[in-house]
Amino acid sequence: MRRRHFSDRGDRILDRNPVRVGRYRLFTRINHWIIAASTILLLLSGLAFYWPSLFWLTALFGGGQAARWLHPILGLVLAVGYLLMFVQLVARNIPRHDDVVWVRHIRDIVDQNEDKLPTLGKYNAGQKFVFWAMAGLILLLLGTGVMIWHQAFPDLVPVPARRWAVLGHSVAAALMAMTFVLHVYAGIWTRGTLSAMTRGWVTGGWAWRHHRKWLKEVAGRRD
Amino acid sequence: MTGRAPEPVTAAANPPVEPLEANLGARDVVRASAMPNLPAPDRSLTEVAKLIDVSKCIGCKACQSACAEWNETHPEIGVNTGVYENPPDLSAEMFTLMRFTEYDNPDTGNFEWLIRKDGCMHCAEPGCLAACPAPGAIVKYSNGIVDFIHENCIGCGYCIIGCPFDVPRISPRDNRSYKCTLCSDRVAMGQGPACAKSCPTQAIVFGTKAAMIEHANDRIADLKSRGYANAGVYDPPGVGGTHVIYVLHHADQPSLYAGLPDDPQVAATVSAWKGANKTIGLAAMGLAAAGAVLHGLFGRANRVSAEDEVEAQALVDREREGDA
Ligand code: HEM
Ligand code: SF4
Ligand code: SF4
Ligand code: SF4
Repeated sequence: MRRRHFSDRGDRILDRNPVRVGRYRLFTRINHWIIAASTILLLLSGLAFYWPSLFWLTALFGGGQAARWLHPILGLVLAVGYLLMFVQLVARNIPRHDDVVWVRHIRDIVDQNEDKLPTLGKYNAGQKFVFWAMAGLILLLLGTGVMIWHQAFPDLVPVPARRWAVLGHSVAAALMAMTFVLHVYAGIWTRGTLSAMTRGWVTGGWAWRHHRKWLKEVAGRRD
Repeated sequence: MTGRAPEPVTAAANPPVEPLEANLGARDVVRASAMPNLPAPDRSLTEVAKLIDVSKCIGCKACQSACAEWNETHPEIGVNTGVYENPPDLSAEMFTLMRFTEYDNPDTGNFEWLIRKDGCMHCAEPGCLAACPAPGAIVKYSNGIVDFIHENCIGCGYCIIGCPFDVPRISPRDNRSYKCTLCSDRVAMGQGPACAKSCPTQAIVFGTKAAMIEHANDRIADLKSRGYANAGVYDPPGVGGTHVIYVLHHADQPSLYAGLPDDPQVAATVSAWKGANKTIGLAAMGLAAAGAVLHGLFGRANRVSAEDEVEAQALVDREREGDA
């Protein structure tokens, strides 16, 4: 087996005419949608506590008490799901020199001058940013969230520490919401991306356009 | 036809026998948690206060018993841990607690037993109310009483984070927050607080805030004439003043009394969290979402072209044949 630099073990050419490339296996996709669902529910319940005129969002969860009870539990679901995802995806998300060059061409990315961009492996710098930002923010939200989880840990940390924790949780949540918007937006703006997480594969053209080194390596593999 | 209960000016009066209408309620709320645009009430009650004269307290805990009795709370039966505090801390079942401090006064060489009745201070600027995310779970009435409306409480514990005096406690039984109500239910019926009424030495008195300040000043003059040069009132301006005030013999060192804060204020972390952080955070989230929607509607999507597919086909064929 040749060493893989740009692709994961499960990535496969599924069809050659037209080309379809397998990108995520079923387990990864299910886990992704569990993460997505819990993030959305966390954002909705969290925003209800965040801003008075959004408190009505608690009705979606069956009231304030229920939303307050559920939110940290969803947080644990998210944290476990993301940990699994992290272990699976981290190898292809290590920053490389290509990423620096790619980021310097930010104008060409927006203007879609694809021929001026370096060819890339499985992820571009934007995807890697979302991967690491989410990892850091979830860790922060988990740490601070546990400190203010009164029902489960009423006396975990003294009150002044709880004040810092709730401030940190609040800031991290807003950053996470913005990262989430970026992630969803990028997935929609870059047409053809969603099928990677719904059906598990992308078209050859998509792979050639956005992740050519990945496509080349997957196509050349014999294992 | 029933009359409305009078506004109480003392805890000593006996209850009325005729049926009376409550004289404190939703229409007297001047501030409510997570309800920023509350209309001003059409009447304004006189500010009340409970004065606790620490120099007169004998630590008998009659007030504690009266409080539990009136509020029908049931503190757990504890164990003797070698100190006089019992139960060991405020709880959702104990809204007030006598705290005992043994103090060796270095100036006089005297040993002093400082006893302070702990509980909600009914702040004019309540940190609990500022922190609470549930609309109407914490209210402040025009007479100064800060009350928890338990039906609206979600049990998040933010009030504990916001309170500079470490007062509110969440009941593990129903996940709602509890503290001293200043006997708002008694005040509504023209009665003073149960604790004040039960106090055998009149160390706890109740009345209008102005009358209580006046009474405190008399007590301070008396204490000063008897050698307590630093006697004074504790009505901390950092929280806009309080509606539970103390007379302290060592008003220059409030923290001697079981850690009563010297200069209590709503913590800077709490103000930053509920203030700038939220305004900036909500604006940033809103802008990000609006920007994405606008670019989505008016921007040019990044589409895979037919040539991309042809190139991909060629690349895959080359790679496959190359190895074959
Ligand atoms: C990872 C584990 C997490 C835990 C244990 C956790 C826990 C908590 C707790 C205990 C609260 C206080 C309210 C309550 O008791 O329900 C809270 C508030 C909040 N959470 Fe989380 N949370 C987590 C993750 C998240 C995530 C991922 C988000 C959003 C992306 C989020 C957004 C919020 C927001 C916006 C608030 C309100 C903060 C404020 O009032 O300023 N949380 N969280
Ligand atoms: S526990 Fe209840 S009273 Fe305290 S901040 Fe939360 S909702 Fe408000
Ligand atoms: S002492 Fe604490 S609980 Fe009482 S009114 Fe002040 S901030 Fe609220
Ligand atoms: S005012 Fe009422 S609730 Fe508060 S300590 Fe006294 S008896 Fe208890």
